[in-house]
Amino acid sequence: MTQETPQWRPRLKDIANQEELFTSGQRLCAGCPAGSMARMAMHALPRPKNTIVSQATGCLEVASTIYPYTAWRVPWMHSLFENAPANASGIEAAYKARKRQGLEDDIPDLLVFSGDGSGFDIGVQAASGAIERRHNFLYIIYDNHAYQNTGIQRSGATPKYAWTTTSEVGKKEPGKLLWKKPIALVYAAHDPAYCATASVYHWRDFMKKVRKGMEVEGPAVIHVLSPCHRNWRYPEEQGMQMAKLAVETCFHPLWEYEGETRKYILSAPSRVFALKPEKKKPVEEWLELQGRFRHLFRPKRRDDLIADFQRLTDEDWAFIQKLSNMG
Amino acid sequence: MQKAVLTGEMFTQGDIAAAEGALAAGCRFFAGYPITPATEIAERMAYRLPRIGGRYIQMEDEIASCTAVLGASYSGVKAMTATSGPGVSLMNETIGLAAMTETPMVLVNVMRGGPSTGQPTEASQSDIMQAKWGSHGDYEIIALIPSSVQEMFDLTIKAFNLSEQFRVPAFVLADEIIGHMRERLVIPHEDEIEIVNRKKPTVPPEEYLPFKAEEDLVPPMATFGDGYHFYATGLTHDERGYPVMDDETQLALIPRLCDKIRKNSAKITEAKTLETEDAEILLVAYGGESRTAMRAVKDARNKGMKIGLFRPVSVWPFPKEQLKEAAANAQHVIVAELNYGQLVGEVERVIRNEVPVHLIPRVCGSPHTPDDLMKEIRRRIK
Repeated sequence: MTQETPQWRPRLKDIANQEELFTSGQRLCAGCPAGSMARMAMHALPRPKNTIVSQATGCLEVASTIYPYTAWRVPWMHSLFENAPANASGIEAAYKARKRQGLEDDIPDLLVFSGDGSGFDIGVQAASGAIERRHNFLYIIYDNHAYQNTGIQRSGATPKYAWTTTSEVGKKEPGKLLWKKPIALVYAAHDPAYCATASVYHWRDFMKKVRKGMEVEGPAVIHVLSPCHRNWRYPEEQGMQMAKLAVETCFHPLWEYEGETRKYILSAPSRVFALKPEKKKPVEEWLELQGRFRHLFRPKRRDDLIADFQRLTDEDWAFIQKLSNMG
Repeated sequence: MQKAVLTGEMFTQGDIAAAEGALAAGCRFFAGYPITPATEIAERMAYRLPRIGGRYIQMEDEIASCTAVLGASYSGVKAMTATSGPGVSLMNETIGLAAMTETPMVLVNVMRGGPSTGQPTEASQSDIMQAKWGSHGDYEIIALIPSSVQEMFDLTIKAFNLSEQFRVPAFVLADEIIGHMRERLVIPHEDEIEIVNRKKPTVPPEEYLPFKAEEDLVPPMATFGDGYHFYATGLTHDERGYPVMDDETQLALIPRLCDKIRKNSAKITEAKTLETEDAEILLVAYGGESRTAMRAVKDARNKGMKIGLFRPVSVWPFPKEQLKEAAANAQHVIVAELNYGQLVGEVERVIRNEVPVHLIPRVCGSPHTPDDLMKEIRRRIK
């Protein structure tokens, strides 16, 4: 993106003075980073008072809107599980038509939130179509690795060997048998105006990406990792630590795709590991802190499974380095 | 290897009982997608199926779940999915395909409040008509309504048996009350469970026609890979399964798809009654609501009122003859259901203005109390 204006940088001082558009009082689990994620996203909006939020079914949707309350101080709509980007398509296309007819001066900004259930599985069709039609919206997929809202069922985002209630751990199977979808690459392959991965821990990086995604003309997608202590089984205050380690082990590399140049660029928090690979931590350090991977370590250490997880992580990491000419 | 039939007693919830019923009926494939209040069925199947040599797969949505079940059925495996109303809304296209291709499959719908997302964690019986009319076109399905945890088990087996017998999708229409209620479940010995399997072709492959019905209007079903030529399509098709767009083919096919259920309804319908012999007021209730109604009947009888309860167990096809018999002496019929009036229409069709039919609807998650029903009974008995 060749920008003539200097890039927006989030400053805590400014944020502290901004109005909260995602307010306190929502009922996410204690320590759930999805609330921080939503709040950061709302603080990064270029036109906060002129933004519409369309939301797919998920933890964030349920917990932020429990009757008779809502945490949203913007026009907000829950469509359904599979169709938030389609709903956004209609909102945007209708506004454009009204503007053409001279009935509107301005088209509001459009932000779509979904979880990994919607973003990786049931909603792929709607998102794919909306990106193809080049609707102007930012689609944020916050990924907590499973259907946590219905009580921890595996999704296309669940990593291999993770326990969920539908990828049980026992003698027959060591948790989920399949790797997770490279969903950001799937959406980047649609050649949107902008696509990125982010982590709730790297707040500056995430907020800058939200700003870019909102400002760019055309569809934008951000896949942000947001740990879940109910499923991942770590002490509830360590959510940010989990998100940080996922980046430091290169399990969840941070990168951007710019539609204008069609380039993949490693973001600063991950670029350091490409430049100094010795700094990259073994993925085991991240796995062993999580109860959902306990069977890789206890009662007997499963070196074969840990090595397999490391191999898959390394392959993905090598691939994104290659795409960004850092490999 | 674990046992498929866990003979013995259990204190468990309806959702688990449905899963165990399916396994006892021979179900070895489950494709599912999480949805409240049916997720426990998927969780149970995910836990149990790998241990008994079956397969659970989690799909990317309900469309895929239902269609994977259809595919599995063509592989000769008894297959099931479980969901709630919003999931059935997505599955309806495939349910029509299953009716058209005469595919045995079982769907458990643990009903919650609707429309749309509605009340995910609350009870409802508002998918009664969706089960019958969900997909487009003329077709028939089978739907059974359990009223206890034991019936979740028993009727899931029955749904499999009927589905196999008639090559038709069969619903277990449970409400959230029954799905999440915990009660005693008695699982009989494997040998005591009646199992019906689909008819297989008895003719050599060159003579087999996958949609040529026998006297019961049901065609024998080969499995993909058995060596029979099998062509299945959602288009109107002849006995070979090939698409034919003329009137004659549609006239042969569609009435048969409906009549194989309508004309065999005596073999399918089931209803239970309580104190209906001399009943002047007949209550009609089903599922979780029937539990309240049972109490209301007992209370009313203790007070000397002649009240009876009619509980349809099969809702599609509707047990018309059984209802007529139960309502023989009734002056009033009162339908209590957890919706804004669905099955009441079917009751009215059967009663035909002979006596007044009253509706006590409820659309707010919790069932009626026996007192609610007593109030209506008192108003009618005078």
